[in-house]
Amino acid sequence: MKAGLMKIYLSSFILFIVIISTTMGCQRSKAGITVAGSTSVEPFTELLAEEYMHLHPRSHIYVQGGGSSAGIEAVRSGVAHIGMSSRSLIGGEKSLYTVTIARDAIAIVVHPKNPAIDLPLVKVREVFTGRIKNWKELGGADRTITLVTREEGSGTREAFQKLVMGKEEIALEALVQDSNGAIRQVVTGDPNAIGYISLGLVNEKVKALKISGTEPRLENIESGRYHLVRPFLFVFNGEPSGEAKSFLDFVMSPEAQKLLAREGLVTSPSKSRED
Amino acid sequence: MIEKSLLLIALSSISVLALIAFFIFGEGLPLIWKIGPKAFLFGERWVPSKGEFGILPMIIGSFWVTFGALLLGIPLGLACSIFLCEWAPPLAGTLLRPAIQLLAAIPSVIYGFWGLVVLVPLVRNHLGGPGLSILSGSVILGFMILPTIISISEDSLRALPPSYKAGGLALGATHWQTIWRVLIPAARSGIVASIILGMGRALGETMAMIMILGNAVKMPSSFLDSARTLTTNIGIEMGYASGDHRQALFATGVILFFIIMILNSSAIVLSRRRGD
Repeated sequence: MKAGLMKIYLSSFILFIVIISTTMGCQRSKAGITVAGSTSVEPFTELLAEEYMHLHPRSHIYVQGGGSSAGIEAVRSGVAHIGMSSRSLIGGEKSLYTVTIARDAIAIVVHPKNPAIDLPLVKVREVFTGRIKNWKELGGADRTITLVTREEGSGTREAFQKLVMGKEEIALEALVQDSNGAIRQVVTGDPNAIGYISLGLVNEKVKALKISGTEPRLENIESGRYHLVRPFLFVFNGEPSGEAKSFLDFVMSPEAQKLLAREGLVTSPSKSRED
Repeated sequence: MIEKSLLLIALSSISVLALIAFFIFGEGLPLIWKIGPKAFLFGERWVPSKGEFGILPMIIGSFWVTFGALLLGIPLGLACSIFLCEWAPPLAGTLLRPAIQLLAAIPSVIYGFWGLVVLVPLVRNHLGGPGLSILSGSVILGFMILPTIISISEDSLRALPPSYKAGGLALGATHWQTIWRVLIPAARSGIVASIILGMGRALGETMAMIMILGNAVKMPSSFLDSARTLTTNIGIEMGYASGDHRQALFATGVILFFIIMILNSSAIVLSRRRGD
C-alpha cells in the first residue's frame, strides 16, 4: 500500500517534469523576436505586441522588463532584438540605432486639497533636496512636506534626476515607492505629499502642478514649453531588419501611434524618427 | 529503487539551499570586499548611483521594526497561549485555534494592503508624520508573528507534566500564581524559542513592509519615521539593479542570511533544552 502511494508520487513527479519540459520546448519552437528594457515602456510595448501578433498570427514577440540600461546592454550583446529605453542614450551607447516611438511627460503631483498650483522648477528642486521642508515656505499651510520618490535604478527617477535635480541629490529622507501607482497611492492619501509620476497616469485623485507657469498639457509638451519630458526609445544594434523592422513599422504606423496617444503618451508622428 | 529516488529528491531539496547560499555569497561577498566590510556594515548613506553602499540604516530599521513587533506580539501571544491552555472552555478553544491558524494563512500582501488603507491614515491623522512608518509596520508585523508565538508557546505549556500544576495548586498557590511562578518558568525555553522564531518571521517579512514602511533610506530617529529593512531594500530595488548595485543587494542578502541563521540556530538550541 505504502509503496503504491510512493509510486503514484514518483510517477506524478516525473509527469510534472515531462509536462514542464515539453511546454518549454513548445515555446521555443515558435520563432520570434525579443524586446527587453525599461519597465516604463514595457506595458505600452506589450500592448503593441499584442496588436501586432493579432495582425501577424505567425510571429511572436517576447516582451521583457529589466530596466533601460539592461535593455540597451541586451541589444548590444545580441540577447534582445530591440531594447526599450526611457532615457536618452549616453556615452558608448550612442553608436546604437534609436527610434523615438513616443514621449512621456513627468508630472509633479500633490494632493487635490493642496492649495499649491504652480511651482518654479528651482523650487521643485529645493523641495526634493530637502532644503525646503515646510509648505509654509511655499505659501501653504504650516505642514511638513512629505517627499515621495522612486527607487534607485528606476528610469522615471533617472529622468527626474536629470530634468529636475541636475547634479543635486534627492533627499535621503524621501519615502521610496517602487511604481508610479504606489506613488500616486501615497499622494492620494497624504495631503502633505509631493511626488512625480508619468503624466499618463495622473487621475482626478492627484493634482499635477504647473511648472514655472506651464501646465503639463499636450500642446505645451509639443510646443516644448513643458520641459519635464523624456523619450521612449526603441534601440537597435544597427539598422533594423526582418521581423524587428516589421514590428517597428507597425509601432510607427498611425493606428499604433493613436493607440499610444490614447494610453496617455505624447506622440508627434511628424518628427518622431531620429537617428 | 524507490528509496533511492526518494533520497535523491530529498537531497535535491537540500541542495537548493546550498545553491542559494552559494549563489548569494558568490554574488555578494566580492562587493563587500570591494568597498570594505566596515564601510558596508556601518556606512550611513545608501546612494547606489554614486557608488555609496552603506546598509546601517537598513540594519537599524530592521531591528526597530522587529523590536516593535515583539513589543506587541509577545504580550498578546503569551496571553493568548496561556488562556488557550488554562482557561479556555472547549468551545472557545475550537473556535480560537483555527482562527489563529487562519491568521498565519493570510498572504502578507493582504496584511500590507490592510495596513496601508486602515492603519497608515490612522497614524498620519492622529500622531502626525507620513503615516508610512515604523509604528504602522510594527503593529502589522506584531499581528503577523502571533500565530508562531501562540502555537509554539501553547505546545510547550501543554508538554509540561500535569504534576507541575497539581503540585503548585496543592501547595496552596492560586491558579494564576501557579501559572506565573511554576508553569511559565518551566516552559521558558519553548516560549523563548517561539519568540525567536517570531523574530525570524518579522525580520524576513518583505511584501507587507514594502507597502507600509515608506522605504526611506535615512536613519530612523522615531517610531513615526519611515524606515527601510534589509529585506525591503532587496525587494524594492532588485527590479532595475545592475552591476555593483545588484551585487550590493546580494550583499544585503548575505547579512540577512547571517542574522537569520544565528536566530534559527539559537531557537533550535533552546528548544532542545526543553526536556531538561
